[in-house]
Amino acid sequence: MTLDTQFTDQKFKLVGSRPDRPDGVDKVTGRARYGADASAPGQLVGAILRSPHAHAKIKKIDTSKAEKLKGVKAVITSADLPDLTNGNRGNYDILENCMARGRALYDGHAVAAVAAIDAETARRALSLISVDYKVLPHVTDVDAAMRSNAPIVQPHVRTAGGEPSDKPTNIAQISTFGHGDVEAGFAKADKIVEKSYKTEQTHQGYIEPHACLATVGPDGQGELWVTTQGHYTFRNLCASLLGMDIAKLKVTSSEIGGGFGGKTHVWMEPLALALSRKANRPVKLVMSREDVFRASGPTSSTSMDIKIGCTNDGRITAATATLRYQDGAFPGIWGMLGAMTAFACYDLENVQSVGYDVLVNRPKVAAYRAPSAPMAAFGVESTIDLLAAELNMDAVEFRLLNAAKEGTKASYGPTYGPIGIGPTLEAVKNHPHMHAPLGKNQGRGMACGFWFNFGGQTCTDLNIGVDGTVNMTVGTVDVGGARASLSLIAAEELGIPYEHVKCNIGDTASLGHNDTTEGSRGTFSSGMATIFAARNAIEELKSRAAKTWDIDPEEVDWVDGEAVAKGVEHSNLGPLSLAQIAKASPNTGGPIAGHSETVADGAGVSFASHICDVEVDPETGSTRVVRYTVVQDAGKAIHPDYVEGQFQGGAAQGIGWALNEEYIYGEDGRLQNPGFLDYRIPVCSDLPFIDTEILEIPNPNHPYGIRGVGETSIVPPLAAIANAVSNAAGVRMDHIPMSPPRIRKAIKAEAAMHQEVSAG
Amino acid sequence: MLEVQLSGTLRDAANGAASINIEAATIRELLRKVVEQYPRMAEKLEAGIAVSIDGNIFRDNWGETIPAQAEIFLLPRIPGG
Repeated sequence: MTLDTQFTDQKFKLVGSRPDRPDGVDKVTGRARYGADASAPGQLVGAILRSPHAHAKIKKIDTSKAEKLKGVKAVITSADLPDLTNGNRGNYDILENCMARGRALYDGHAVAAVAAIDAETARRALSLISVDYKVLPHVTDVDAAMRSNAPIVQPHVRTAGGEPSDKPTNIAQISTFGHGDVEAGFAKADKIVEKSYKTEQTHQGYIEPHACLATVGPDGQGELWVTTQGHYTFRNLCASLLGMDIAKLKVTSSEIGGGFGGKTHVWMEPLALALSRKANRPVKLVMSREDVFRASGPTSSTSMDIKIGCTNDGRITAATATLRYQDGAFPGIWGMLGAMTAFACYDLENVQSVGYDVLVNRPKVAAYRAPSAPMAAFGVESTIDLLAAELNMDAVEFRLLNAAKEGTKASYGPTYGPIGIGPTLEAVKNHPHMHAPLGKNQGRGMACGFWFNFGGQTCTDLNIGVDGTVNMTVGTVDVGGARASLSLIAAEELGIPYEHVKCNIGDTASLGHNDTTEGSRGTFSSGMATIFAARNAIEELKSRAAKTWDIDPEEVDWVDGEAVAKGVEHSNLGPLSLAQIAKASPNTGGPIAGHSETVADGAGVSFASHICDVEVDPETGSTRVVRYTVVQDAGKAIHPDYVEGQFQGGAAQGIGWALNEEYIYGEDGRLQNPGFLDYRIPVCSDLPFIDTEILEIPNPNHPYGIRGVGETSIVPPLAAIANAVSNAAGVRMDHIPMSPPRIRKAIKAEAAMHQEVSAG
Repeated sequence: MLEVQLSGTLRDAANGAASINIEAATIRELLRKVVEQYPRMAEKLEAGIAVSIDGNIFRDNWGETIPAQAEIFLLPRIPGG
C-alpha cells in the first residue's frame, strides 16, 4: 500500500547521503531572512514596558503622557486585550503572560506596550507611562514556594492530583507514576543509595531573539511575519486571543535562529498584532536579549530526591524519585514530565516517581529540548553511578544489567516495543573512548537518556514543473536541516536527482494545518507526508503516461523515476521519464501535483548514551571538557550530517547547562544576569569536537524507519558530565551548574571532612 | 473488554481508579466511552490525552484500531521542545 506507515526495509539510492543543504548559501551569505529582517511601508517600532518587580499589584497605569508624545501611534495595556478565552484557562494564562492583568507576576512581566515612528520615540514613550505598583511578597525558589507560609503566586490554583482542598497553594499539580511495591523492593535490596540534587534555571539560548512584523487592517485581515517553530499554532492562538478569524490571519515563518522549544509559545506576538490593529499601521517588535531572558520561557529549576536499591549482584530492586520543578508563574506539566522520564531507561519491578509542578515568581517555563528529562536524568544517573561504585561494578555493566528492553514495562506505564537503550550501551561499552587513558585531574563519566518523540498533524504539497523539477511545500518549520532531508526523501521516491527538488516552508494560507515543529517531529512527520505526497504524484504521473500511450493506468509501473508499460504486449513502448511526462503535462491534463494530509503517529521512543571526559583544576574549580561522544538511535538517518548536528547540538547545550548556565535572582526577585556576558553559554573554544555514533534501529511505524533525533541528545549530558566531574574532582557533585565556585567549594568541603575524620 | 490503565493525574477524573474496563474498537470509541463513564474526563480530554496501544503512543489519530487484548494506557498529552 502506498500510504502504509509500516516500515518496509526499502533499499535507498539517495537517502543516507550527505548533499549540501538548500538553505546553506542563503545562511552563509546573509541573504536568509530572519524574524527581524522583514519590513513594510509605514511600519512602526513596537516596545514593551516591563515590571521591575517580581510580584506586584498594578493599581493604576497612566498612559496619557505617552499617548500625547509626537510620533506615538498606539499605546496598549491589558484593557486593549479583552478576555475572549471563554473559560479556557490555558489560553487565559497565555494572554496574562503576554500582558499583565492587574498583577505583575515576575520581573519582566509586560505591563504596557507602545508603537511609534522610531525606536527612540518608542523608548521615550515607555518612560512616560506611569505605573502605580503595590509591591507584594514574592518567591523564586522551588522549595521555598512549596512551604505553607510561602507567598501565593496564583490565588485561584488548587493542587491537581493531591488531596482536595480549598486552600490556595503554589503546588499546581502532583503526578505519580510507577508500578510494583517499592517498600518491598527496598526491603530486598543489599545496597541503597539515597541522595538529593538541585539544578538551576537555564534558557535555551537561541541566538536569534523573538521578532515579528504584524499588520492588522480595519477590515479584520492580518499578517504576521515571525520567528517561530510553529506558525500554524501561532496563527490559531493569536487569532483566538484577538478575536480574529483564523482564515484572515496569515502567518509566515521566517528563517529561525534557534528555538529548541522556546519558540513553540507566543510571548509578544499578540501584542504586536494588537498594537498594529490600534495604530492601523504595521508594527515591528523585536525583543532585546534582556527581554528574552526576563520574559520568554526558560527551563524549570529543580530540586529532587532519588533513592535506588539493588542486590549485591547488581539487580535494581526498587527506585523512587521525588521531583520538584518550578513552572514559573503559570501552571505547567514540567514536573510531570520529569516524573514520566526519570526511570524510563530501566527495567524495574518496583518503581515510583512523583512530580510536583510548583509556581514561583519567575517567567513562565517553556519547553527546552526533551523538556524536563535532563534534570531527572541528572539525579537518576548520578545515583546509578553511586550505586555501581558501592558495588564496585563497572557503571556501563550495571546499566546494561538493568536496561529496559522489548517487553519491559516502562516506569511511566506502557510496555516497550523494540527499543535502543541496550544497543547504545553496548556501543558505549565497545567504543574506543571508554578505553582511552585519562590524564592528570581528568575523569570520565557516562549516562543514559530517554525521550518520547512525537508526530502530529502534517500537510505537504509537491508540484512538478514542466521541466521536471519539483517544488515541494511543507508546513513544519525547518529548525535543523529538514529541507535537505525532505528533498532527499522526495527525490528518492520520485527517482530524480536531489538537486531537482526545491523544498519551501509554506505560510499558513498555503497548506492545511501543520503542528509545531516540536517533539523531534519534523523529519519523522513531514518525511512521512513527503513520501505519501510523492506516491500520490507518482499515481498521477503513471496516469499521464497511460494517456500518452493510450493504455490503462493499471498497466503502468513506476521504476527508477520512469513510467514503464507492463507486459510483453507493450514491449514496443519505451519508458517515459518524469521530465518527459512533465513536459507533456499541459496536453495530458494540466499541472501534476502530489498532496498529503496526515496525522503521523507512532513516532517511537528514543534513547541515547553519552561518554564525557573532563579535566578539573582543583585550585580554581574550572572545568574543561576534553572529549565527548554521543551514541543515539536515529531509526534511519536520512541525511547523516543533520542527525550528527542534532546529536552535537544537544551535547553542546548540555555542556553549557551542566557547567555554567544559571538564572541568578537577587533577594528582590529580580534577574541579575539577563545577558550573555553574565549568563555564559559555551562558545567554540569551550568545546571539544563532539564525536557521534548513529545507530539505526528502524522505527516499525514509519515507512523509512525514521525516529526523531532532535531532543534526546540533551538528556544525558548533565549526568554524564556530573559523573565525569565527580570522578575527576573526587567529590560527588549534586548541584547543576557545576560552576568553578561550586566545584571549589565541594572540593574544599570534602577535604575538610577527610581532615576531620583523620583527626578524629 | 479492554483494561484501560490510567496514569498520573488522569486518575483524579475517574474517582481515583487506576484502571477501568471498556469495550472499544478504536481510540475514538474508547475516548467517547471514557467520557460517558467519567464526565470529568472531558476536561482532561480538552487539555489533551494520548493513548498508548501496546507501547505505541497515539496523540491525534483517533481512527487507530485497538486490537483485542491490547495493552492500553491513557497518558496526558505531552509537549516537546
